[in-house]
Amino acid sequence: MAQTFHLEIVTPERSFYNGEAEMVVVRTVQGDVAFMADHMWTVTPLATGLLKIKDKKGIKKATCSGGFIHVKEGKAIIVTNSAEWPEEIDLDRAIEAKERAEKNLKSSDSNINVERAKVAMFRALNRIRVKEELMNNK
Amino acid sequence: MAGKGREIKRRIKSVNSTKQITKAMELVSSAKLRRARERLNKTKPYFDTVKKTINEILADSENIKSIYFEGEKEIKRSCFIVITADRGLCGGYNTNAIKASLLSMRDKEDISVIAIGQKGRDYFKRRGYNLDGEYTNILETISFKDAKEIGALVMQLYKQEMIDEVYLVYTSFLSTISHKAECIRLLPLTEIEETGQEKQEKGDAVFEYISYEPSPSALFDYLVPQYVESLIFGGLVESAASEQGARRIAMENATDNAIEMIDKLTLNYNRARQAAITQEIAEIVGGAEALK
Repeated sequence: MAQTFHLEIVTPERSFYNGEAEMVVVRTVQGDVAFMADHMWTVTPLATGLLKIKDKKGIKKATCSGGFIHVKEGKAIIVTNSAEWPEEIDLDRAIEAKERAEKNLKSSDSNINVERAKVAMFRALNRIRVKEELMNNK
Repeated sequence: MAGKGREIKRRIKSVNSTKQITKAMELVSSAKLRRARERLNKTKPYFDTVKKTINEILADSENIKSIYFEGEKEIKRSCFIVITADRGLCGGYNTNAIKASLLSMRDKEDISVIAIGQKGRDYFKRRGYNLDGEYTNILETISFKDAKEIGALVMQLYKQEMIDEVYLVYTSFLSTISHKAECIRLLPLTEIEETGQEKQEKGDAVFEYISYEPSPSALFDYLVPQYVESLIFGGLVESAASEQGARRIAMENATDNAIEMIDKLTLNYNRARQAAITQEIAEIVGGAEALK
């Protein structure tokens, strides 16, 4: 068995994950990065994307959006704005959010914050992707 | 006597209806307090982790220069984010928060206030402070979005150098019956005092090399707003719980006082009634005597 480290994931709503893990893959602002035990100390911001946790029981997937990861000796802390397990994702809401974001992006209204709409779009697409992936696996 | 007795009765009635109101308010705030505490328990790990992590990162990165660090510039204008309630009838909760902020404020001219909650807004508005932002009616249903919005406003002002330091005034929730108004400095960042044990741990690890991706300054540009947002969020959640706690206690006291008052008034009423009866008997006896 691979060496494990302590992984802690917190969101403003709750403590999302707290336990031992063999590996964690996160989408950082520079792309997907995997962290295993004894990784060098690192601090890096996160983007919106898939989060994979590998522990004794297997691989768990979740969505993760924004925040940062702080890796140090035998421990990794992920502070994120939101994290959800696939079964918690509300697909209808995500699709709705995607459509709303699409509409906002297309409209020429100067009041609409393009950056924000783009981010919202990413978040919705990410949720839909993770959810669909899980359903296909079943 | 009839007049006096009726008067007392009327007072008992009015005190009693006040008691019913305060009792109802007490029950409402207990229910709200329970909800607010659940929230607080859920968000506490986040709040604590962010605070701890950022402090650790700061402690390990002393040689990085950033506009967010202390000593980089002169402090001319301070911004205070003051969290108060939207409504009164919660004992000293609002006054304590306002007092705590006044303690750290120096010159009215160099202060800008971001008021959260109606009471604080009214207070600072009436006294002619500069209000840079006001948020009301967000405390009952706090969402991270609100905190983000406030955080974005603060960061914008800070970057434009409209403000040089930022304080957050909130009420920390120590227990159901004890709350304390606190004023903490958000920006520029200062290292928070460490306890002996932590220092020792740090001593061993301080030479460890840390990789900051993509670059230290870019990282701080990203982390600091996050830090400010989460502290504001934590402050909001704690203040909301404290507010309900304070209101519950205030209403409990009011109900107790009303009960006590009713007891006293009932005693007085009975005494007056007894006196009237005695007087009447005396009059009858006197009348009978006179007829003999």
